[in-house]
Amino acid sequence: MIVSYFPGCTLKTKAQDLDMYARKCAEVLGVTLEEIDNWQCCGGVFTTVNNDAVTKLSSVRALDFARSKTQPLVSVCSACHNVLKQTNHAVQTDKAFADKVNLYMGNESPYDGSTQVYHYLEMLRDLVGFDAIKEKVVNPLKGKKIAAYYGCLLLRPSGVMQMDDPENPQIFEDLIRALGAEPVIYAMRNECCGGYVTMESPEFAAKKSKAITDNAASFGADMIVTACPLCKYNLEKNGNSVPVVYFTELLAEALGVKEDTQNA
Amino acid sequence: MQRIGVFVCWCGSNIAGTVDVHTVAEALKSEPGVVFSTDYQYMCSQAGQDIIKNAIKEHNLTGIVVCSCSPRMHEATFRKTAAAAGINPYMVEIANIREQCSWVHKDMQTGTEKAIILGKAAVAKVNLNTPLTPGESPVTKRALVIGGGIAGIQTALDIADAGFPVDIVETKPTIGGKMAQLDKTFPTLDCAACILTPKMVDVAQNENIRIFSYSEVQEIKGFVGNFDVTIKKRARFVKEEICTGCGACVEKCPMKKIPNEFNLGMDNRHAIYIPFAQAVPKVATIDPNACNMLKKGKCGICSKVCSAGAIDYTQKDEFISEKYGAIVVATGFNPISMEKFDEYAYSQSKDVITSLEFERLTNAAGPTAGKLLRPSDLKHPHTIVFVQCVGSRCAACAEKGKEYCSKICCMYTAKHAMLVRDKYPDTEVYVFYIDVRTPGKNFDEFYRRAVEEYGVKYVKGMVGKVTPEGDKLKVQASDLIANKQLHIDADLVVLAAAIEPDKSARPLATMLTASMDTNDFFTEAHPKLRPVESPTAGVFLSGACQGPKDIPETVSQASAAASKVIGLLVKDKLTGNPCVASPNELMCNGCSTCERVCPYGAITYEDKEFMMPDRSKAIRRVAQVNPAVCQGCGACTVACMSGAMDLRGFMGSQIIAEVDAICK
Repeated sequence: MIVSYFPGCTLKTKAQDLDMYARKCAEVLGVTLEEIDNWQCCGGVFTTVNNDAVTKLSSVRALDFARSKTQPLVSVCSACHNVLKQTNHAVQTDKAFADKVNLYMGNESPYDGSTQVYHYLEMLRDLVGFDAIKEKVVNPLKGKKIAAYYGCLLLRPSGVMQMDDPENPQIFEDLIRALGAEPVIYAMRNECCGGYVTMESPEFAAKKSKAITDNAASFGADMIVTACPLCKYNLEKNGNSVPVVYFTELLAEALGVKEDTQNA
Repeated sequence: MQRIGVFVCWCGSNIAGTVDVHTVAEALKSEPGVVFSTDYQYMCSQAGQDIIKNAIKEHNLTGIVVCSCSPRMHEATFRKTAAAAGINPYMVEIANIREQCSWVHKDMQTGTEKAIILGKAAVAKVNLNTPLTPGESPVTKRALVIGGGIAGIQTALDIADAGFPVDIVETKPTIGGKMAQLDKTFPTLDCAACILTPKMVDVAQNENIRIFSYSEVQEIKGFVGNFDVTIKKRARFVKEEICTGCGACVEKCPMKKIPNEFNLGMDNRHAIYIPFAQAVPKVATIDPNACNMLKKGKCGICSKVCSAGAIDYTQKDEFISEKYGAIVVATGFNPISMEKFDEYAYSQSKDVITSLEFERLTNAAGPTAGKLLRPSDLKHPHTIVFVQCVGSRCAACAEKGKEYCSKICCMYTAKHAMLVRDKYPDTEVYVFYIDVRTPGKNFDEFYRRAVEEYGVKYVKGMVGKVTPEGDKLKVQASDLIANKQLHIDADLVVLAAAIEPDKSARPLATMLTASMDTNDFFTEAHPKLRPVESPTAGVFLSGACQGPKDIPETVSQASAAASKVIGLLVKDKLTGNPCVASPNELMCNGCSTCERVCPYGAITYEDKEFMMPDRSKAIRRVAQVNPAVCQGCGACTVACMSGAMDLRGFMGSQIIAEVDAICK
């Protein structure tokens, strides 16, 4: 299976691990991530620039690239994924927006919103299958109590993201189970980490992040996994001693490709 | 050739407002067979009916077409009118020019044209009508009540009091239902057990009532007055007639860590158990999934201690067949699962409980002997947050909640809050609500007392998140009136979970061919005028299986259902519906298709001797319809490939004539 892959800026800089392990694991699972030609920044936070079609153009270009290859579009970063999916939804449902971005794009055939957008987690669940992953696990993470941290961008707005139940999500926990570890269910797993507010009001973000890591720790978590570089930054900076790890690293460890990549 | 009279009704301005009734009457005069046509303001009135009767006599009419409202409304009325004037009631046809014409059109010309076409179709059909005579069937004078909660109990008692035998089938080991689990009842605060358990005893002692507890309905066949029902009496491994309910077996049973369903899993019971002290029947039941003797063949202590010799490890499920004239559904409700409402952390903390669990916590016979102690550490909670409408009125979360209002939660939450403040004045009590709905006798006064006399803090707004942390539940909520966020450190959170029909209702509805709404509540025959009857003849509805109800409403409906049952059972015979399927045996090729599609089991096959074209005799397998069982749905007439099956009153030729008249 070949899919179009949108890594995003942070995965080329701060979050290289997230990207590297994602690629390595995909290979093991029989998925080829075909990186989009000349991709650009996704545009950042969708909702804060709601009226501006221009900042969505790079997302539309990525979506259109995947359409031209008739491939689904996969991304790993929660924030990129959120922008890609929301942009795609806007093209599908908001004709004025679609007309505007297509005017800028100047394509022969206007982009119509037909690309299937998957987060890497959704790809694992819907295209690969957790059962198939379970079979490929060589190094089951037995006895580890892992708290999945969803944050807000993966799940919300739920009507558009359609990834999982926003209050009672399962996808991360199902993956953790497939890898042989024990998921920790805790209340704050879908609360916001503070996000970009950390630039403006570090105290506020610190309060939000601390509450999350403390809550996970109180339910006995050995480790917190996340898909989002910004969440990882906030939780690590402000949280307690519970380590915060990218889910792709965890996946690589279970699939036995973590050492390989480090050696390489 | 028929002599047909056409009677066009104005229905005041209901029809005449958008249909030119004179033109319709005039236009239909020239239809084949029509010898008389007129219009009148209210054809269903006495004067209107007299017009029909007189016309029948004056013009020697053999068929009647009434252009009026839906046949569901007045077909029976006009059939009676025709019968009174001496013609067969099945020679009457209704053209629905109100619901399907005047009410849906705004333009007089369109409405009039359509009314004429509908009238023509009815005339075409009447031309082919033949007189039909309904058969009669006897009535079995025994009623079945499915469900032994307060609804089923009240219905059974009322029917039994009228002198008819009643059987109650209850899936649990005891009758009593949800009401037996409640502590006090609003708005009078009398104790639920004090008013319910005497009724349960009445049921046990009533000679006309049999209780099949720990049983379920397996199969229902037949029709109004003549239902054949198979009841599965599950093996309880205790001989019910011998057990005295002394409880010695329960005390000695070594398996004592089984979650107690009656206390909603908040404490444990033994493998052999009596659900609660006032259970009816008061007999023990062995849980086969927990009993070592039944699972591994080792133990047998209960059998040794039972001085009555009531234990029987070899008992098997028993199947009982019984005939009934009427069936009452009283399957009740359950709170919905809170699993999908993770924002309230129900599955994460023992101290987030449902309101029904709260009832058990405050009940003297409950797991804490009536002391309000929170489940996690058995400490007294000092701050309690009640959340209303959890899963109710939730159109946006239809996949996990319900769109409807569960109706009982506002009042029981007010009751809980008030009782807490009364018993433990040091406790802070918050109630979060969308609206407080308290219609009902003395209901609003009750709620006001909670606020004004007992100082319960009612906050308009919903709880967004409950986070268990340490021994506290951090509650984040919005106060919509003050327009601010609230953060409360609570010790106990009580969720007023939406209620839904019991899971047994859906398969039961299929067995009964009774209809349900999209929420699996049973549908009544008419939402206003026939609220306790199901559209399926002989099936009646009692209590929350028809919609959310509190106890006073449930009991009223239960008695109403009983009176309908009594009205049916006093009859010796029922007049059937003559519009049933009938096969043309000469055309039937014995393929069994009709037998397979018949939802009522009305069709059987028989070998019959026929004279063949060459005058030889041959045995052929042909379809037979039991007219008493057939409901006239017509499924077989459509399925029959040789066109042998026809529905009396709706023959293929009649339908085609109608279609022709419309398309002409």
